[in-house]
Amino acid sequence: MPYTSELKELIKRVEATRPARVEKKKRGEEFPLLSLKERQVRLEKFHPDYKPGSRTEVRVGPNKGYAIQPEMVRLLEARSRINPDQIDLNKIDYETDILIIGGGGAGTAAALMAQEAGVRVMIATKLRHGDANTMMAEGGIQAATKSTKDSPYYHYLDVLGGGHFKNVPELAHTLVTEAPKVLAWLENLGCMLTKMEDGRLKALHGGGTSRKRMHYAADITGAEIMRTLRDEARNRPEIKVIEFTPAVELILNEHGHCAGAVLYNIETEEYFVAKAKAVILATGGSGRLHYQEFMTTNHYGATGDGVVLGYRAGLKICFLHTYQYHPTGLVYPEQAEGILITEKFRGAGANVLNIDGEQFVNEREPRDVESSCFIRECVDVKKGVPTFSGKVGIWLDSPMIDILMGEGAVKKEFPGKYILLKRFGIDISKEPMLVYPTLHYQNGGLEYNSKCETTIPGLYSSGEVSGGVHGENRLMGNSLLDVCVFGRIAGVNAAMYVKESFKDGKMTLDHVRRFHKELEEAGIITDRVAPMLLPDYSNPEVRERQLTAHYLGTIR
Amino acid sequence: MQIEANKKEDLVPIFIMGKRYEVPASLTIQKAMEYAGYQLIRGCGCRGGICGACGTVYRFPGTYKIEVGLACQTVVQPNMYLTQIPFFPATKSVYDIEKIKPSIETLVKHYPELLRCLQCNTCTKSCPMDIEVMDYIAAGMRGDVARLAELSFDCVMCGLCTSRCPAELCQYNIAILGRRLYGKYVAPRAEHLASMVKEVETGKYEQMLRQLMDTDEETLKSLYSSREIEPEQAEEDWTPKEKNYL
Repeated sequence: MPYTSELKELIKRVEATRPARVEKKKRGEEFPLLSLKERQVRLEKFHPDYKPGSRTEVRVGPNKGYAIQPEMVRLLEARSRINPDQIDLNKIDYETDILIIGGGGAGTAAALMAQEAGVRVMIATKLRHGDANTMMAEGGIQAATKSTKDSPYYHYLDVLGGGHFKNVPELAHTLVTEAPKVLAWLENLGCMLTKMEDGRLKALHGGGTSRKRMHYAADITGAEIMRTLRDEARNRPEIKVIEFTPAVELILNEHGHCAGAVLYNIETEEYFVAKAKAVILATGGSGRLHYQEFMTTNHYGATGDGVVLGYRAGLKICFLHTYQYHPTGLVYPEQAEGILITEKFRGAGANVLNIDGEQFVNEREPRDVESSCFIRECVDVKKGVPTFSGKVGIWLDSPMIDILMGEGAVKKEFPGKYILLKRFGIDISKEPMLVYPTLHYQNGGLEYNSKCETTIPGLYSSGEVSGGVHGENRLMGNSLLDVCVFGRIAGVNAAMYVKESFKDGKMTLDHVRRFHKELEEAGIITDRVAPMLLPDYSNPEVRERQLTAHYLGTIR
Repeated sequence: MQIEANKKEDLVPIFIMGKRYEVPASLTIQKAMEYAGYQLIRGCGCRGGICGACGTVYRFPGTYKIEVGLACQTVVQPNMYLTQIPFFPATKSVYDIEKIKPSIETLVKHYPELLRCLQCNTCTKSCPMDIEVMDYIAAGMRGDVARLAELSFDCVMCGLCTSRCPAELCQYNIAILGRRLYGKYVAPRAEHLASMVKEVETGKYEQMLRQLMDTDEETLKSLYSSREIEPEQAEEDWTPKEKNYL
């Protein structure tokens, strides 16, 4: 849908203030950044995480009493999809050295490194190989690559500042020191990073960066990384990939080590036993839980499965009390609702504006702060832009980029979004975009260390399913980096474990039985099962008519 | 919520694999299928137009023309007959990226069918991303790896081109071979990156980082607040005043 006549009328106010704002940008005059104290005030008053009633204590498991999003608590307090008594662990359907759960960026990076170390690798993934948030990350990947102006020291400071200084230092250290190596690895795999004519990597600012270190591949950086890694994995037939087969439970052994997983073919609805010497959890995040009914930028499969699996097996969780709301998800047109508009638009110079075409925040605050300021402008200051269908948004003035960087810059730098909105009749090189904060990233997750080890020997964690490296808020460009850095590390260390420390033993699902018992003891009587696997967007009216009383035969 | 809002809207008839359903006129094909009662497993991925899971073909009664789109990006139209093509068998050549060269020989060795292209342009017409597919295949036939890479860059690998090619090419896999050849061998290397990797490996930053890691939160906060910020409009050769931590 093109903009309605009402919205077109409002766009005139943006156009009226644009020439003066462009001049300011050219002079290097920016809207003042908030101090750390001011940031805190905005967060506490307007960030969805701080909203009263937005957190519930989980009543069972290793983090009993920890207050997090109720939608996640409901999954952690659910029963297993299986009855452990019905699974015959003596009948092994798949056997491998390393089982990787999740076929996104982290899982695929892990597979490549593990295969290079000479062990057998199998990826089990819920949808297709590469169906993951990695594919959708647009803006870029951070790394200090230019020693004349940047170093891991500044990257570290930025990471900590973004994360409210709560990050696990060792993890942040690993992230920033491995970053240049990851970029070189990607370049060597043939990833088409955007470069200048002499080969220097182009780089931009992101929210909360002190140096321009956000490297990119046009506006589809994640897709370019994911399809490159996937192609490389497909070039190595030793890496086995089982699609449409998520894990629904981890399997431990008599020594308490991880020994595999119960897999589920979501098409045939069969369960399988996969035995492995080590397991890597790389299942990604949970935006599809729609916390507080927010829209999300996340992939269809982002339902927090790995957190559920790990927690039930006894791993602790951390930083799950914070979730990242990306400031700029589309609110118009409605068909494209929630779709991510990369931060790179702001890095390239686009202002964010209220209904009067006025600036109200610097466009490069860390994401949580930026989002809070958007919500404040709409909810409290009441200068949001109404979509006239019940929603409210903020203008992102993309046409400024064509003026600042030259005619055609929007189309060239942001081809994905340009085509997308063009299809709806909106030319973003001439008209601004209407955006609002959108569920984007699971800051927290399973506890792990900088070797990707968890407290269960043989069980590794990497990527968005894990918590700690980003503290309470991740900076842009650090998630693609995270999946590459910690995916690689998980692959290397799991392979080393397989060769040096693995100890075979009798497999068991006793932890699932114990968990069920704990639920009952806590008085939690439920028929809800987890992991959720896929969100339910079915029509409630249809569901009311799905009245099959008993399943007999083949048609449910 | 979404469903409630849609109730008030006009419903339009669409034919999902030939079967008629009435759905709100503003929905995408993907959301319309869910509205009709489908729980999608195949044919649904990022829901944002980049993963290529939901390639869809459709046609209207009385016209010969086959139309294409991504289900998550295409709004329904009255009387469309549609089917998703969530998977199509493809050829994928296995190669060692370290041992190949960016040449026409490489392309033809791995995908000899490349030379079978009839230049009928059906691939281009089948592309939901508006990519000039036939042109990049033509570039491949000339051995112009750079042009092949550039023209195919926005490819989401949905496979619709492959499903319709009379010469039985798998265009999107030829394209990714081209892009990887370009990225690895044709594009000039980032020398600053190689030298930074060396610096990191010699441990140059280790001490200053360890110092930061041991610093208390208050000091960290003041270091953070006072850190020098590269101006947004700065030129590439900008350097900071403080150079002790570079």
